[in-house]
Amino acid sequence: MRSVRVLVGTRKGAFLLTADAQRRNWTVDGPHFGGWEIYHVAGSPANPDRLYASQSSGWFGQIIQRSDDGGRTWEPAGNQFVYQGETGTHQWYDGTPHPWEFKRVWHLEASPHDPDTVYAGVEDAAIFRSTDGARTWTELPGLRQHSTGSRWQPGAGGMCLHTIVLDPGDPNRLYVAISAAGAFRSDDAGETWRPINRGLRSEFLPEQEAEVGHCVHRIAMHPSRPRVLFMQKHWDVMRSDDAGDSWREVSGNLPVDFGFPIAVHAHEPETIYVVPIKSDSEHFPPEGKLRVYRSRTGGTEWEALTSGLPQSDCYVNVLRDAMAVDGLEECGIYFGTSGGQVYVSPNGGDDWHCIVHNLPPVLSVEVQTLP
Amino acid sequence: MIRVVLPAHLRTLARVNGEVFLAVPDPVTIRRVLDALEAQFPMLLGTIRDAVTGQRRPFLRFFVCAEDWSHGAEDRPLPAAICTGQEPLIILGAIAGG
Repeated sequence: MRSVRVLVGTRKGAFLLTADAQRRNWTVDGPHFGGWEIYHVAGSPANPDRLYASQSSGWFGQIIQRSDDGGRTWEPAGNQFVYQGETGTHQWYDGTPHPWEFKRVWHLEASPHDPDTVYAGVEDAAIFRSTDGARTWTELPGLRQHSTGSRWQPGAGGMCLHTIVLDPGDPNRLYVAISAAGAFRSDDAGETWRPINRGLRSEFLPEQEAEVGHCVHRIAMHPSRPRVLFMQKHWDVMRSDDAGDSWREVSGNLPVDFGFPIAVHAHEPETIYVVPIKSDSEHFPPEGKLRVYRSRTGGTEWEALTSGLPQSDCYVNVLRDAMAVDGLEECGIYFGTSGGQVYVSPNGGDDWHCIVHNLPPVLSVEVQTLP
Repeated sequence: MIRVVLPAHLRTLARVNGEVFLAVPDPVTIRRVLDALEAQFPMLLGTIRDAVTGQRRPFLRFFVCAEDWSHGAEDRPLPAAICTGQEPLIILGAIAGG
């Protein structure tokens, strides 16, 4: 019987949540790396026993952990993330030039084909690749050295590369998103990059439709339609049907279009999910009601999903990497909150229940669908 | 042998209990102790000092016989009490954070 394993990164460790395909009775394993910030735990689609975890701390820096047995045991892997060539500068918060400084790994994205190939999105923004199972890391410097790089600025959370989307059918095509530089695409396996921000509009920018400078929060793609991208921007939910060459807004009837994560149903490429958050100055749900919104039309028309979610006095946030979907026949949707809850809907969002109530603040949620 | 006291998180990472014992060639300095520590426990590379620049991580301090040797003393010969193992070199994490 198939099963699921949910990989949860929190402010104070990693947790693995497992259940059979019913997704009703859960086993909670953890904390792994207790006391450390776990920005992300990712599994290899090519070998589900291979996991990677980004473990970091303000005291001790960055560690990468690797497991070859589905998270039962872990070994520290390579943690040297060295920018290639001229480091250069980006803009600091006050607009002055500031040298690129490595701080942490926000996101790990394992190759769909090779368990030893994994990408790391880091702060200050850059993308690294390992082809030896995270033992060594090499930057793909064409992104950081893009001609617009000196104009990139950090968002409030730092200048992080937080989203990496790999085209499963074209190993040369990669998408990334950076706060607050925007979205970028490579068509040559990461050698060169170009901004893909046409159609984005950010009111905080002097030039509201600038080539770069947009605070993209998350990009999602269905593997069967790699040219269709969905984006949760700082404000606005956006859609592209041409691999990011242009974007149009699909916020539609959402109560508010600010938020962090966005996800696509595993079997319905036009069914997408967001979690509206009241505003960028109040990082909690509108009216104290935790509602996931689902669109079955690829955006614009949205419905609130509330069954099983708290509908009063709820003031948690859901971060950009904290939503995921499984691949079971009836698609499961998962998200984690800043209050330490991890929710699952085993029926595509119709009904929700809380897997675990009191973890540390959740930074990331991934799910593996196991045979 | 040189005795080194690590912060709790680094003991966990290195999978050691209690103090670490290291053979360090003369002259024994903090830099040489750290070189030996990272050679014996490669998972600690980058956790105490930057792996490229060698700069001490800002929230860590080096204490030698009750004195703070954190600032510019990496190459100063350590006292006999450390070299003979009578006293440990203490690597201390800042008491901070939530």
